[in-house]
Amino acid sequence: MNRQRVIFFGKNIIRALLLVVCVSMITFALMKASPVDPLQANVGQAALGSMSQEQKEKLQAYWGVDTPPVEQYLSWAKDFIRGDMGVSLLYRQPVASVIAVKLANSLFLMALAWVISGILGFALGVISGMNRGKPADHVIRGYCLVISSTPVFWLALLLLMIFGVWLHIFPIGLSVPIGVEASGVTLADRLYHAFLPALTLSITGVSNIALHTREKMIDIMESDYMLFARMRGEKGWRLFRYYGFRNVLFPAVTLQFASISEIFGGSVLVEQVFSYPGLGQAAVSAGLGSDMPLLMAVTIVSALFVFGGNLTANLLYGVIDPRVRQGGKAK
Amino acid sequence: MDEKRVKCGAGSEDRMDSPAVNKLSGEKEPVLKIEHMSISFTQYDRGMRQVSLPVIRDLDVEVHAGEMVAVVGSSGSGKSLLAHGVMGVLPYNAAMDGRITYCGEELTRERIEKLRGREIVLVPQSIAFLNPLMKIGPQICKGDKRASAREKLRSIFKRYELDERVGNLYPFELSGGMNRRVLISTALMEEPKLVIADEPTPGLDLAVAKRAMAHFRELADMGAGVLVITHDLELALEVADRIAVFYAGATVEEAPVQDFQDEDSLRHPYTKALWRAMPQHGFHYIEGAQPYVKDLPAGCSFAPRCPQCGPECAREIAYRAVRGGKVRCVRGK
Ligand SMILES: Nc1ncnc2c1ncn2[C@@H]1O[C@H](COP(=O)(O)OP(=O)(O)OP(=O)(O)O)[C@@H](O)[C@H]1O
Ligand SMILES: [Mg+2]
Repeated sequence: MNRQRVIFFGKNIIRALLLVVCVSMITFALMKASPVDPLQANVGQAALGSMSQEQKEKLQAYWGVDTPPVEQYLSWAKDFIRGDMGVSLLYRQPVASVIAVKLANSLFLMALAWVISGILGFALGVISGMNRGKPADHVIRGYCLVISSTPVFWLALLLLMIFGVWLHIFPIGLSVPIGVEASGVTLADRLYHAFLPALTLSITGVSNIALHTREKMIDIMESDYMLFARMRGEKGWRLFRYYGFRNVLFPAVTLQFASISEIFGGSVLVEQVFSYPGLGQAAVSAGLGSDMPLLMAVTIVSALFVFGGNLTANLLYGVIDPRVRQGGKAK
Repeated sequence: MDEKRVKCGAGSEDRMDSPAVNKLSGEKEPVLKIEHMSISFTQYDRGMRQVSLPVIRDLDVEVHAGEMVAVVGSSGSGKSLLAHGVMGVLPYNAAMDGRITYCGEELTRERIEKLRGREIVLVPQSIAFLNPLMKIGPQICKGDKRASAREKLRSIFKRYELDERVGNLYPFELSGGMNRRVLISTALMEEPKLVIADEPTPGLDLAVAKRAMAHFRELADMGAGVLVITHDLELALEVADRIAVFYAGATVEEAPVQDFQDEDSLRHPYTKALWRAMPQHGFHYIEGAQPYVKDLPAGCSFAPRCPQCGPECAREIAYRAVRGGKVRCVRGK
């Protein structure tokens, strides 16, 4: 049993390492292949024109334009392995501290959206699946289909316009009130500012989870054990509580952790619309501004984040499903 | 217990002659009476043409208290459907017709929903009918945690020689030998008056299958009506009191089990063919296969394979009483 566990973790660590290597290489290659000229993007055409050759060379060295790509990548990798993520070219701060702030903001937003969409999506999916073909099912499925065919940025804009611009109920951007010292920001402030972005992410997240849960629930309702449970006189809430719940929870939890990647993807757009200073926004500005160290770090952190979500899903299999938990003992 | 099993398995005649059973089957209302049951599926053909697929066309069977009746039909002939129809859990694209009476009163939808799991229980075909993520004990008790339920579970386990630890196992951890006993345990939590066993012996070796059948025989001897649905005529003959033979969606013969001692006392040519196909009667198989429900011949559905088929067999054939049994054949006597 213990040996199995060691092998399991060993395998996953190797996987994670490979993932980091591949992601960093691809990000780097894409960045080098990008048509964005770091000097023009960050210094500006006009300013560049008025500079001396010497100044330009200094800038080129700063943005790493003149170093050969392979050499540049290797030197970045060497530092990264030693735990040094470098200095962000845009923020002129250590990448680690930039990421820490952005990640905290994003995590707050995403956790909120993740929990809301998970619980709501699960509940809606179960209700829909158990009442297949009845009005409740039609309403829920209709909602999900409409939402999942709505672009997330469009929904974000819509909510922003309604609640931020017209009704003035929620702020139109940022994660904290303007002009307030960091120490003076309360949890209520943060919730207030994260509400609209989180709502957007939840609304879109719900539909996916609900539709998948519904499919699972329908399968379960048609299963032999449900049939037998009904023949034993079980119905309604008891049918769900004793026969459906665990069986649908198991795939739903997996789905929920796997959906982290989707929420993550959605958050990039949503943060952009709401000017919410999170990881997604940092990724966009780092990409457009050729901030190599920051972009590399952001992609690696995101990749590990999604990897962690999927890994958690796998681990949770074992906690919920006795067939996996006692895998060694069975037979 | 062992003695009883041997008795149940060996000779059926001494049981049939026992006064208790005769009195019950002779006078009282049957526990279950199915008349002209038909079940058909609505399906969509190529294009959007709706077609109706009559899997069961005309099924009649009666079960009395203390009696064990076997419905014998081949695989895929709609035996499970019969059970699901009685229990009121047919799929949404299925339509049932005919009349089901339980203890003298019509078994309506509302009534079966109240009675199933209490007075009317079904013992399923396999362990796949148990919730894979619920332990055996709570599952048999349907989650009831009261002391009375636990006490009852203990006595059931004792009855079937199951270890108490079995209650803490998940279905996937059961060994093949325990499966049958666990499944039948689910029937005993309440006091059932009618037990329906759907294919209780799939793929079991003969000794195990006989023991499984004997468990159902015990339930009948305790006073319940037992309807066993099976494809295995031989096993059914060992324990049942009466046999209903099911062919191409209809019951073609109903006969007391003694009639199977001798080919001549059987009424329908298909039953006779089944009889001749039994190992001890020479393994004689007849040509052909059961017709598919979509292309049934008019009149007798067995006509294409019947050695005595005549022109009168092309008409609608009535199911009539003959010598204490029933037959759907113009020649049956
Ligand atoms: N939902 C459905 N839609 C259409 N046809 C169905 C459906 N369910 C079952 N059938 C048909 O009904 C027939 C009878 O099925 P059933 O499971 O009752 O057979 P069975 O006699 O119990 O078979 P077995 O011996 O394998 O248990 C099958 O051949 C199948 O084609
Ligand atoms: Mg079946």
